[in-house]
Amino acid sequence: MQADRTKIARQFIEGLPHCNALGMSLSSIGEGEAEILMPYAEKLIGDPETGVIHGGAVSALMDTCAGAAVMSHPEAGLATATLDLRIDYMRAAKPGATVTAHAICYHMTRSVAFVRVSATDGTSDVPVAAATGAFTVERGKS
Amino acid sequence: MSRPKPEPVQVVKERRDAALAALVARVPYVAFMGFQFERRGDELTALMPYRPDLIGNPSLPALHGGALAAFLEVTALISLSWSMVWPKIEAGNTVDVLPAFPKTIDLTVDYLRSGLPRDAYARAEITRAGRRYASVQVEAWQDNRARPTVQAIGHFLMPERSVTDG
Repeated sequence: MQADRTKIARQFIEGLPHCNALGMSLSSIGEGEAEILMPYAEKLIGDPETGVIHGGAVSALMDTCAGAAVMSHPEAGLATATLDLRIDYMRAAKPGATVTAHAICYHMTRSVAFVRVSATDGTSDVPVAAATGAFTVERGKS
Repeated sequence: MSRPKPEPVQVVKERRDAALAALVARVPYVAFMGFQFERRGDELTALMPYRPDLIGNPSLPALHGGALAAFLEVTALISLSWSMVWPKIEAGNTVDVLPAFPKTIDLTVDYLRSGLPRDAYARAEITRAGRRYASVQVEAWQDNRARPTVQAIGHFLMPERSVTDG
């Protein structure tokens, strides 16, 4: 059951057009946790003077990772959508470095899933960004 | 004593449009996402033309929440930068008017409706722009202006201004 859920969540995330456009790849998923990588690319640059990637790309990565964590939770519903996401940008990601997001769905009710996400670039213990979000839980007719 | 003759309207428009185009063209990510900016006087409206690679839920289908968040953040950043550029171009400056971009401190995105597989539009309202920090509200809609798709509030760190900026 959980293995099926994880497999479905993996297939769903890996098939998302926007995630493929940004070059994301799922490194691990299961039991309400997910990790997604986004390699550095010139098209993601937000500040051409420094080569730092745009916050918007990091936001898309964190939103995807949070959604993946929700989908893999043992009590997940059929589908999910972002209700609210607050992102704090602590520092610029190092140009050239892959950004890795790690999300934990730490609480799930019948209708709402609560998630924490952090994004790192491997150069410091201080994350590039951190986010907290609330996601819908679609359970269909019961 | 008569007032100086006003500049031809076309000259004024060209100067403003050139500054806006230069501002937007500086960001590779904006070009990659296909975001565009339209101007009426000093008011900007951002446009995210629909593309299949903006989809985040193929079964509905719906736009990716991250693409919408990025759209709002870009709209806020370009609008903030534009508000710094505007007084300079109105003073007749055409060179070196582009400031460094503000930096996003945080962004809180409120997803109101699922994003339809159609074009999206956004406008930002600068609630406060101080010397160091700015607070910006931004809203995006699609077919119906009265039914916003997403809204956000963001805080931004303003770029250091040179002494001569006044």
